[in-house]
Amino acid sequence: MSSRETVLGRIREALTDVPDTETHDTVTVPCAYRDSHADADVTGLFMERAADYRATVTRTHDARAAVTAAFERHALTRVVVPAGFPDEWLPSAGTWQRLCDEPPLGVQELDTASGVVTTCALAIAVTGTLVLDAGAGQGRRALTLLPDYHLCLVRADQIVGDVPEALRRIDPRRPLTLVSGPSATSDIELQRVEGVHGPRTLDIVVVEPEGQDMGCAEPKCARAERPTVPLFPGGPQERPVRTRPR
Amino acid sequence: MRIALFITCFNDTLYPQTGRAVVRLLERLGHTVEFPRAQTCCGQMHFNTGYRPEALSMVRRFAKVFAGYECVVTPSGSCAGMIREHHRTIAGQYGDAKLQAAVETVSPRVHELSELLVDVLGVTDVDAYFPHRVTYHPTCHSLRMLRVGDKPLRLLRAVKGIDLMELPEADGCCGFGGTFALKNPDVSTAMLADKVHCVQSTGAEVLTAGDNSCLMHISGSLNRLRTGIGSLHLAEILAATEGDAR
Amino acid sequence: MSGTTADSLVWLGTPSFPEAARTAVADGRLRANLRGATRTIRARRSTLAAELSDWEELRTSAAAVKRNALRHLDTHLIRLEAAVTAAGGTVHWAADAAEANRIVTGLVAATGEREVVKVKSMATQEIGLNEALATAGIRAYETDLAELIVQLGDDRPSHILVPAIHKNRSEIRDLFRDSMAAWGRPAPEGLSDDPAALAEAARRHLREKFLRVKVAVSGANFAAADTGTVAVVESEGNGRMCLTLPDTLITVMGIEKVLPSFADLEVFLQLLPRSSTGERMNPYTSLWTGTTDGDGPQDFHLVLLDNGRTATLRDTVGRQALACIRCSACLNVCPVYERTGGHSYGSVYPGPIGAVLTPQLAGIEHAPSLPFASTLCGACYDACPVKIDIPEVLVHLRARAVDSKRGPVPTAEALVMKAAAATLATPHTLTAAQWVGALGGRLLSRQGVLRSLPGPLAHWSRTRDTPAPARGTFRAWWRRTHRQEGR
Repeated sequence: MSSRETVLGRIREALTDVPDTETHDTVTVPCAYRDSHADADVTGLFMERAADYRATVTRTHDARAAVTAAFERHALTRVVVPAGFPDEWLPSAGTWQRLCDEPPLGVQELDTASGVVTTCALAIAVTGTLVLDAGAGQGRRALTLLPDYHLCLVRADQIVGDVPEALRRIDPRRPLTLVSGPSATSDIELQRVEGVHGPRTLDIVVVEPEGQDMGCAEPKCARAERPTVPLFPGGPQERPVRTRPR
Repeated sequence: MRIALFITCFNDTLYPQTGRAVVRLLERLGHTVEFPRAQTCCGQMHFNTGYRPEALSMVRRFAKVFAGYECVVTPSGSCAGMIREHHRTIAGQYGDAKLQAAVETVSPRVHELSELLVDVLGVTDVDAYFPHRVTYHPTCHSLRMLRVGDKPLRLLRAVKGIDLMELPEADGCCGFGGTFALKNPDVSTAMLADKVHCVQSTGAEVLTAGDNSCLMHISGSLNRLRTGIGSLHLAEILAATEGDAR
Repeated sequence: MSGTTADSLVWLGTPSFPEAARTAVADGRLRANLRGATRTIRARRSTLAAELSDWEELRTSAAAVKRNALRHLDTHLIRLEAAVTAAGGTVHWAADAAEANRIVTGLVAATGEREVVKVKSMATQEIGLNEALATAGIRAYETDLAELIVQLGDDRPSHILVPAIHKNRSEIRDLFRDSMAAWGRPAPEGLSDDPAALAEAARRHLREKFLRVKVAVSGANFAAADTGTVAVVESEGNGRMCLTLPDTLITVMGIEKVLPSFADLEVFLQLLPRSSTGERMNPYTSLWTGTTDGDGPQDFHLVLLDNGRTATLRDTVGRQALACIRCSACLNVCPVYERTGGHSYGSVYPGPIGAVLTPQLAGIEHAPSLPFASTLCGACYDACPVKIDIPEVLVHLRARAVDSKRGPVPTAEALVMKAAAATLATPHTLTAAQWVGALGGRLLSRQGVLRSLPGPLAHWSRTRDTPAPARGTFRAWWRRTHRQEGR
């Protein structure tokens, strides 16, 4: 008998108290928690919370100017720019060299790059979190990991209120990284130290569309329906098993 | 109101003055106290030490002795917790349907003293007089099993002449834990030392609590160290009046 | 019968809890470290839990999700296996520690590599994977800072979240100075004991490995059965390094970590960081589904580990311990853990959750003192984000421990308990005993106080005075004063 059969057999033997009429997809789970703890001003909240985690956050209409300023401030010379990053957001000319990931950069090249600039898939206001899904402008995961400096541009309309809203809007099958501030450890006498293995510095620029008053509250994102993800391609559709008390 | 007193074996033997105080207090408030003499013990020590079958006869006796009362009071948070939370466990595991039904009826009618006064009788000012510096230790079972919250403190605040001192780290366990103190003497003593330190830091003359077991534990050290800090069960402070020569 | 043995939990066989605790309690520096650390994390946790008005609703949902996961564990694991396989991963099943170690060792050997980098993982500690790899000539490098500290010191972790909580900065500095060279890049000359400098030394030491080593081993915080997505929650970025840079990734996951659906993460990713480190969100969470072309390891293996979990599942009361998400909130609020530290529990799972998990995973006969390592104060239950009623499981396991010793020859304790039960059986026997006790107490006491007690009670009276039994019991007073109502 294979170990698979052994383990599954033991589980079934252990669960004799569960009635046959109860199946995994008919169980209802109470779901009385809030979809969001954010207030109306998700942009303001995101900036405050991301800053709480020692990221530097700025808000601008002019992405290019903000990126240029960041490049100058950190004296970036060799910067990784993933495919799909908007050219109009990059500093036009100057002293920096653009590193493309096509063909893929080696780990040594990434390790010695002075920084990386990316977009993101989403951002979460309550937790000050960036969600990366390796989409256009973000590149593969290693790009935001090895360089010592990460500059991330967030469009204001990408900011959602809270964790549930974010998870309902992303595709779980993409490689996902949730980033909240620079890497950190508290392993030595619980004293927080930033920049252990990931980038030591995380800068975030929130890009507002032209004509948007920057002090104004952003409209909240409409709540997306939870995507139903097939079990596996060609498999049966999942039935949602949650109930919300009416 | 007719109230049955469950004195607990521990108070009966070591702290009869607590029982006398409960009777005096409730009679002063105009209630009739009855003491069913067939009572013995709630079975907590046996249950918590793993001797469940041995506790069955005590559960059975308790359910029988108190069957005829709408309201039962006990001056012990941990015994009240045992009855309310665990009598049904023992009845379910070892008893028959008749005992289970009896336990389901009786257990919810059992109240710890501060619960009885505040929730059932609706009084917080019991017209007591106790002109001393007092600090209150919330015992674990009253706090986290019965959830008495601030009821004992509300009762104490209403006592005339009292000077109530706040106990630092009040919700920390004193380290008694029944047979824990014997099975793990070193840890118990370390916990006790910290609790005693906190009690001493308040400058109180008297330590009070709703459980004589924890009080015996803490005062055992207070006395050994000759701190001069006395200990009194909550009932004894609430029973005290101007006429008492204290 | 589940094939669990005491060998599956690597360190059992250390002294019983009370003995180990005696040593720990006597260590002043350890106690100060623990006191400072637990208090700090405790305060952070309660602040951040209080920030969410629906904390209780989140806990209720989390408990219900875990309950569903466990009650239908076979179905969910089959769904997980299908989803991971469809996404390009390979799923393996391990009935016990030895088998899991065999699987992982075989997978590493197949790559031809002799080194692996590791993400902090309780499951691989539980099965003693590093030792098994070493036997096969494969070097495993721990990459979490605290795990590195523990590994360099040939030590054991003492906390789920901060495994080196028992070490302070100067001890760590000495360790880096003396041991780093044997494992790779040495510590820099003149290393100070400043935490930032120590972290920097670890960064340099490990970066060289991250860039070089081709195989990684991780644990998993969660795995979603519907999508096959696996999650690792971390702070330092060592997790991201291991999950992203190598060619081969082997994840060892206890079968109880499966969640019915990806959507469930919306509950757990709110509860876990707040309960664990007292943060709104940990710096890095990685979620991956099988393999992705051109991004990360192209060879992914998921090892599903039983190792006593199905035996635990058999106990309808005890099985709730399998809902644990390893946040360590219970350790940080536990007054016993705060005094003893993690090593006293003799297992990779310390504190209150360890006291209910270890005896079940290893068999209660291998850890009979652990269910008694608690005052039942209940602080752990209040702090647990998935509402494991640890006190309930503790007393349940105590009964199992006592019942396992019942036999023709009762233990001394059983005789005492039997005698006590007989005494408490009727008011008459109780009254008789009270009378004898009062007489004895009066003979032995001075001014109503007993200063030393005999036998096992001597532990008690070493530091505590005890009131002698009262001259008159309450029931005697009642008889005298309330004759007419007496029944």
